[in-house]
Amino acid sequence: MARVPFLAEAVMLACAVAAFYVFPYDLALITRFLVMILFVLSLDLVLGYAGIATLGHAALYGTGAYAAGLFAVHVSGDPLTGLAVGAGAGALLAFASGLLLMRSHGLTLLMLSIAVTLICQEIANKARDVTGGADGLRGIRMEPVLGIFKFDFIGRTGYWYALAVVVACYAVLKIATLSPLGLSARGIKDSAARMVAIGSPVYWRLVTVYTISGAIAGIAGALAAQVTQLVSLEVYAFNLSAEALIMLVLGGAGRLYGAVIGVVIFMTVHHVAAAVDPFNWLFIIGALILSVVFLVPSGVLGIPAAISDLFRRGNDAARP
Amino acid sequence: MSLLLNIAVDGIAYGMILFMISVGLSVTMGLMRVINLAHGAFALVGGALAHTITLRWGIGYYVAVPLAIAGTIALALLSERVLFRRIYRLGELQQVLATIGITFMVIAVVNRLLGSSLLSIPLPASLQHSLDLGFRVLPAHRLVVILAGIAVIIGLVLTLDRSRFGTRLRASVDNRNIASSLGINTDRIYAATFCLGAGLAALGGILGSELLPIDAYYPLRYMVLFLIVVSVGGMGSISGSFAAALALGVLETASRYLIPDAGTIVFFALVMALLAFRPAGLLGKGMT
Repeated sequence: MARVPFLAEAVMLACAVAAFYVFPYDLALITRFLVMILFVLSLDLVLGYAGIATLGHAALYGTGAYAAGLFAVHVSGDPLTGLAVGAGAGALLAFASGLLLMRSHGLTLLMLSIAVTLICQEIANKARDVTGGADGLRGIRMEPVLGIFKFDFIGRTGYWYALAVVVACYAVLKIATLSPLGLSARGIKDSAARMVAIGSPVYWRLVTVYTISGAIAGIAGALAAQVTQLVSLEVYAFNLSAEALIMLVLGGAGRLYGAVIGVVIFMTVHHVAAAVDPFNWLFIIGALILSVVFLVPSGVLGIPAAISDLFRRGNDAARP
Repeated sequence: MSLLLNIAVDGIAYGMILFMISVGLSVTMGLMRVINLAHGAFALVGGALAHTITLRWGIGYYVAVPLAIAGTIALALLSERVLFRRIYRLGELQQVLATIGITFMVIAVVNRLLGSSLLSIPLPASLQHSLDLGFRVLPAHRLVVILAGIAVIIGLVLTLDRSRFGTRLRASVDNRNIASSLGINTDRIYAATFCLGAGLAALGGILGSELLPIDAYYPLRYMVLFLIVVSVGGMGSISGSFAAALALGVLETASRYLIPDAGTIVFFALVMALLAFRPAGLLGKGMT
């Protein structure tokens, strides 16, 4: 697989283009896939590369969504500027909260990240005049992308627009993870103490990584706001953070394309399970998580390795 | 003045509930260094059992509550043997995921069996009448909650300080490896503690159903609250949990009475500030 450069990326892009023609009546759903992919990619940078377990990534997503939504309602309906606003808002919150979060680890970090999300949610809930509170932010009207492509009712433009944004962000993330910053993030994940010993400013590296991730998560939120033209309090839901974590581990963290695979599997299972049994799909999801954690800890991408391991172990046992 | 007393009574009752539900979580997390997001599920199971026994089978409250707690403990023992025991060995992230998965499955099962509506546990007439305390009329139930909380903390402290089990438990919390090499069966200590914690969670869930209403999504809705008690109090510390639960109960009640608009925001901001300055909690020894 490593012999052909960007093979995984090319396959994924081909699948995304094919999906447009295979599911012409489900464009809203597969656009939702793309938004989630972008969101989980941003989490991969934090968790897969820097090794920070957080349950509050929805705070960055939601803030990007509200920022882009408010910008569209009050200032301008230009989509690309809206994305930039979302990215800025996500990065700003990530930097401010990262200053505090990156000092802690383990349970304290989880609690702090959840607390940040809850505070954001409560502010959005109470600032009814600005955000619409529990009714959601309405009245988002988008102008054509680049002044040319109008958003249509079926969601064709929305899909291509989302795909372009995801591809661009993927490229940025790919570069970031191959850069010295990305490499030192991997080092911190493996051993923070040794990174300190070789003179790496661990704390500031983590804050930087978290801020970049916040910008991407903000773009994901902004994209969701623009494509669905609605922002509700759900963007800050705990379930969103938890599910993103699940999708990432399902696909395999620390690979970028693992995030894509995880989202596709999880959301397909979710969609099918919810269609078959709207009340008990949570059981399927729970069972899915447990089987991933116990059976394939390195994600779906680890299955081939796990199987070959199994055979090798079998051979070793057979030998006297 | 009466406002302050009102806040004190409601806040302390609320804090006692939080304490009963969270203390087991705190001890097991301190003992095994495991992050367990599924603890609220035991409070839900306790509440759901109590609901089933009282309303669907028509058995009296005072029989139903011990039965429900016993049922929860049996389920806890089973799940500890089958599931949780495997989770201790995993990494931090896998623990988070696995326990979220367990929470989802418990929610789905309760939803399937009892529906997603509110699972009420009717109080007997003896707990419904009101007591006049001079400054306010208090439901007897509130007083029972406070007394139960006090009984639980006294019982736990005596067990820990005086009994052989308590000595072994404290040794295992302090250093599991050395305790185990001294011949203490830490696996059994852990299973017993886990079941005790689950039983207390069930008790808290049942008694607290007036304040924290029970439905299928209970473990997810209040997960954060229980975890805050543990992380503010410090993992593994019973007195820390008690102090944290009371402080949080009073604080949240006070902020709801006094600043209803920004109560939740102030509450979480204070929690964040505390964790920022004391990452290991009020009385915790830290995770590392």
